[in-house]
Amino acid sequence: MTTPNVAGAVETIASHLHPSPSWNVSDHPMPTGLEEIWRFTPLERIQALLSEGGTLPGLAADCDLPTGVELTSAPIADLPKLAVEPPVDRVAALAAARAKEVAVLRIPAEVELAEPIVYTGTCAGGATAEALVLEVGAHARANLVMVFKGSGSYAAKYDVRIGDGAEVNLVYVNDWDDDAVHGGQISLLVGRDARVRTVQASLGGDVIRLQENARFAGPGGEIEQFGLYFVDAGQHVQHRLFVDHNAPKCRSNVDYRGALQGEGANSVWIGDVLIRKAAEGIETYEANKNLVLTDGCRADSVPNLEIETGEIEGAGHSSTTGRFDDLQLFYLRARGIPEAEARRLVVHGFFNDIIRRIGVPAVEERLQEQVEKELTLAAQAMGEGQ
Amino acid sequence: MSKLVISDLHVDVLTEEGPKHILKGVNLTINPGEVHAIMGPNGSGKSTLAYSIAGHPKYEITSGSVTLDGIELTELTVDERGRAGLFLAMQYPVEVPGVSVANFLRTAKTALDGQAPKVRTWVKDVEAALGRMQLDKSFSSRSVNEGFSGGEKKRHEIAQLELLNPKAAILDETDSGLDIDALRVVSDGVNRYTAQGDRAVMLITHYTRILRYIEPTFVHVFVDGRIVADGGRELADKLEAEGYESYVALAK
Repeated sequence: MTTPNVAGAVETIASHLHPSPSWNVSDHPMPTGLEEIWRFTPLERIQALLSEGGTLPGLAADCDLPTGVELTSAPIADLPKLAVEPPVDRVAALAAARAKEVAVLRIPAEVELAEPIVYTGTCAGGATAEALVLEVGAHARANLVMVFKGSGSYAAKYDVRIGDGAEVNLVYVNDWDDDAVHGGQISLLVGRDARVRTVQASLGGDVIRLQENARFAGPGGEIEQFGLYFVDAGQHVQHRLFVDHNAPKCRSNVDYRGALQGEGANSVWIGDVLIRKAAEGIETYEANKNLVLTDGCRADSVPNLEIETGEIEGAGHSSTTGRFDDLQLFYLRARGIPEAEARRLVVHGFFNDIIRRIGVPAVEERLQEQVEKELTLAAQAMGEGQ
Repeated sequence: MSKLVISDLHVDVLTEEGPKHILKGVNLTINPGEVHAIMGPNGSGKSTLAYSIAGHPKYEITSGSVTLDGIELTELTVDERGRAGLFLAMQYPVEVPGVSVANFLRTAKTALDGQAPKVRTWVKDVEAALGRMQLDKSFSSRSVNEGFSGGEKKRHEIAQLELLNPKAAILDETDSGLDIDALRVVSDGVNRYTAQGDRAVMLITHYTRILRYIEPTFVHVFVDGRIVADGGRELADKLEAEGYESYVALAK
């Protein structure tokens, strides 16, 4: 038989890689670690995110809202009708089940915010859970920066609905203390002709495991998802992305980059893209690059592409994991640049492509500082190793 | 005054099957102000000569010496050789994503001089050096060699040569892949550099074409890891007419 398998693919299959979404916690049984979506996760370290129980408090929030932007709360029972999609895993289902209310942040249609909205959420230790719905009206323009700090556990179910023609920049800085555990799901619905950029910066914490799903409400939408992570000894940072190309003429671009160092540092990147039959004329690319600075690290990187139509502009992915590029170092050093300085240039360069896109100077500076800190740590580790 | 002296240089390339002997006793002295063309067929070891002098980790110098103004280069690290005044214009310049040309050049200049260049004159100097190579000033904000065409990469190498003004320069097939206009631009840059009169230049090439624009002091034929014939421009003309076959046959 010469017909490719995808020719018979049924439109109702959301993805072969994702379990059925559901609000019922019982539909997401306690994982064993053998499941495809859990096999990379250190389950024993995220028990706080997997356990059932009563209502949990949220983070201590600090945020100045510009005029016109409103933050309200709704009963948690309203979440299913406000959300973009149900939870796809147990952590998100429990976040929705245990959060005490739904925070609803609304940026009205056609509002153009000159300054970014900066929200800081601090966890004071102990378990927390939150549900957030962000609604961006049609043709609005906004930058939202969410910074997470402190220690404890944080389970989050976020839903982001972006109106037609809106332009939105969403930056998440996961700047946790060393013992923090952060998990959850972010679901984005990209309006017709809307342009969305997300940046996930994971800098601290014991375990971070985030599922970020994006789909389109109409044709012409564009989403760029950037990520950077620094994983030190003993840390686990897992970013799971799923772009559902369910509409024609849309574009998606995923680019996640990480640096790892120290014994037991483990990064996981899962990049799933589904191109449905309806998604004619789309273009998608996803890339993951890992820079391994010392021995003892592990980077898992799994790009997946499911294609149900060939009538597209392009689809591709790439994944690289390696140490410093010897040729790059040689080229720089051949111009007289000392080795340590050459490494600095290469690592800054590696992350610059993403950092410069953030567009919020304070956050860019914070991330550049972190690059410096990681380089200092790596230099020390290499010095000790000799 | 810049004198590059290569004495009985033996080099192995490190391959997965083990070390392979490539350079088999190279002797060459380049006096201040001289341009030495090294010509040879593919696989003769020309690039190995360039990379091993610059200190590429893939090549191991097993015996012999290379000195620049009396300083033994083979005992120095790659960047120490650069700071000693050696420059290698690469056949395949490397892309360094996220590092701007401006940042790269300023970092290199600072490393070479031991102090940062003066901001006011430096920016103008960079623009002028790029301009002489017919590279738009927007190149200074682009990532090093990323997305450059083959010709732009080579012109960028020679812009660096003029800007960093080293004591000695090894140009590894800088002429390959250039169209005739780009070849003229690149040659003019090299000629401005040599016109200072006290610099040493090793010009490695496969073709005689570039020697129409750059006058060599000496021409050397390089076959099977060593220099097998020396002469002047007439030797290049002979190679153009007859090719390398007779030299390759003799070396066997």
